[in-house]
Amino acid sequence: MVVLTGLTELVARLRAEGYRVVGPTVRDDAIVLDEIQSADELPYGYGVDAAPGRYRLRRRGDAAAFGHSAGPQSWKQFLHPPRRQLWTADRDGGSFTVTEPANPDERLALLGVRPCDLAAIAVQRRVFGEDSDYARRIDQAFVIAVNCTEPAEVCFCVSAGGGPRADTGYDLALTELANSRYLVEIGSETGSALLSQVVYAPAEPGDIATANDQIRTAENRMSRALPDTDLPGLLRRAAESPHWDDVASRCLTCGNCTMVCPTCFCTSVVDTTDVTGDHAERWQGWASCFDLDYSELHGGQVRTSGASRYRQWLTHKFGTWHAQFGQSGCVGCGRCVAWCPVGIDVTAELTALAATSDIDQPVPS
Amino acid sequence: MTTTPYTMTPLRYRVVARRPDTADVVTLDLDPLGSPVQSWAPGQFTMVYAFGVGEVPLSVSGGEGHRIVHTVRSVGAVTAAICVAPVGTVLGVRGPFGHGWSLPDRGDLVLVGGGIGLAPLRPLVRTVMARRHRFGEVDLLVGARTPDDLLFTDEYDRWRESGISVHVIVDRAGRHWSGQVGVVTSLLDRLRLDPEITTSFLCGPEIMMRVIARNLTDRGLTAGQVQVSLERNMRCGYGVCGHCQYGPLMVCRDGPVTDYATAEPLMAVREL
Repeated sequence: MVVLTGLTELVARLRAEGYRVVGPTVRDDAIVLDEIQSADELPYGYGVDAAPGRYRLRRRGDAAAFGHSAGPQSWKQFLHPPRRQLWTADRDGGSFTVTEPANPDERLALLGVRPCDLAAIAVQRRVFGEDSDYARRIDQAFVIAVNCTEPAEVCFCVSAGGGPRADTGYDLALTELANSRYLVEIGSETGSALLSQVVYAPAEPGDIATANDQIRTAENRMSRALPDTDLPGLLRRAAESPHWDDVASRCLTCGNCTMVCPTCFCTSVVDTTDVTGDHAERWQGWASCFDLDYSELHGGQVRTSGASRYRQWLTHKFGTWHAQFGQSGCVGCGRCVAWCPVGIDVTAELTALAATSDIDQPVPS
Repeated sequence: MTTTPYTMTPLRYRVVARRPDTADVVTLDLDPLGSPVQSWAPGQFTMVYAFGVGEVPLSVSGGEGHRIVHTVRSVGAVTAAICVAPVGTVLGVRGPFGHGWSLPDRGDLVLVGGGIGLAPLRPLVRTVMARRHRFGEVDLLVGARTPDDLLFTDEYDRWRESGISVHVIVDRAGRHWSGQVGVVTSLLDRLRLDPEITTSFLCGPEIMMRVIARNLTDRGLTAGQVQVSLERNMRCGYGVCGHCQYGPLMVCRDGPVTDYATAEPLMAVREL
């Protein structure tokens, strides 16, 4: 393992190779993900105080670039864009021709992917499949993970299996040490090739132990956990639990949790025409299972009550995702807890359901 | 040339025939303008696009070769646009999607179609006709709100001639109706069933399918011998947009046809 001092050269090298480098930066009092021109734009010295329904930047005592937890955005912003054109169509005599947009030849470099988000990328890849634009985008991307040494109060990646150490799915993985030094692990040949073009030093004695200690400390600082039980079974049994009404009495059905969730993938399409009626377009955009029209059928909506919509979100994420995609839909990043305007905490709701479902409920008929 | 159905880009089909079935139901014959979609199986559906208006899931109600026949009830903006599409109109088609009916090799068959639910059963009826000798008793129960809402009435005689017992009932009779009045379940009560060898296929309103399925299982069929065609908000067709979730199912991918063993616990939960 080697050590980089500063990330200036790494970012410059990636840009020279034609990558569009996306990383964390400060905007509007939050750590957002955006294209950066240089490593100077990283959020040095910023930390985050997060709690249910709360997210505030704070100044750290050091100049750490990655001393903050997950922000309001995730990498799905770039890998599964909030809005994209699927095709355009033009009338052509009595028929019409459909044209798909050319695949952008853009190669992304994702700088600072936390292990929870790395796990989320793998979850979304599983949803969309290997023969998907998503898989192509991530395969073309250069991924620089950052092991988590700074969980937030809302995080629960350890119990969700999402972190705090990156195991796989990266080209390079960094662990931030003191004084802008980064311990680098190589995850791919692409990563190795890029690293060979920048100045690095061999790791000093103690660097690896320090990095491991920091990650272990992060693991031990995890203040939240999912209940240690069979969640798909629990949620199946709890389908008619009165607890859903309890959550619904607090939930605003705003859908924030689904927007910030790094694995939520639902989309709707909108078909439009211009004023001539001769040019049509189809756009795809993120959708939320909290939207009323999400479950629309010709006779109305299937899920009208807030309780049924909250049940759909929680049951899908922790229960039926297993049946659909062979794994959990949650990586424990804590975003849904922080960005819920009323501070609903999925770990607390699941724990409450687990407590009440010990009593065998009759199967409704 | 055929392409993978797992795309959001439609292929073009021209309306080559249009037959109004009832006041609000139309059957359209569609032929490909260029590349056709992959061949379909009875019970599967496609996504049909009306230029500039939008796209809806429609089960296939017939068609040979590359032809696709859809029977559409006008219930919203897109289905209304499809229903009024004159011969010559070009529509977009994606698919076919999902799992269709699973027809056994032999035994007795009971098909039950309520309202527009007869449409996805029609290609199954055709398949059964072609292999009629393999099966024992074959009963088709058809229910509709009124005699004017009955679909494919000009085909019942042919179906009967091929050895399928067609039983028809309506909720409300008109002045010229001499047939039966009531709910589909009452037709079922009069059938002699051999639960050991009967397979059943249901398509209609969810409440109808629940009542019929419960009736059949009460009479000794296992839930695995009863197939139902589920309906949710299918949008993408291949399990990536999330809208048609029904508990663990993505109806577009895991349905629309499932057995009642899978559907029963889901149908029991309100607003699932």
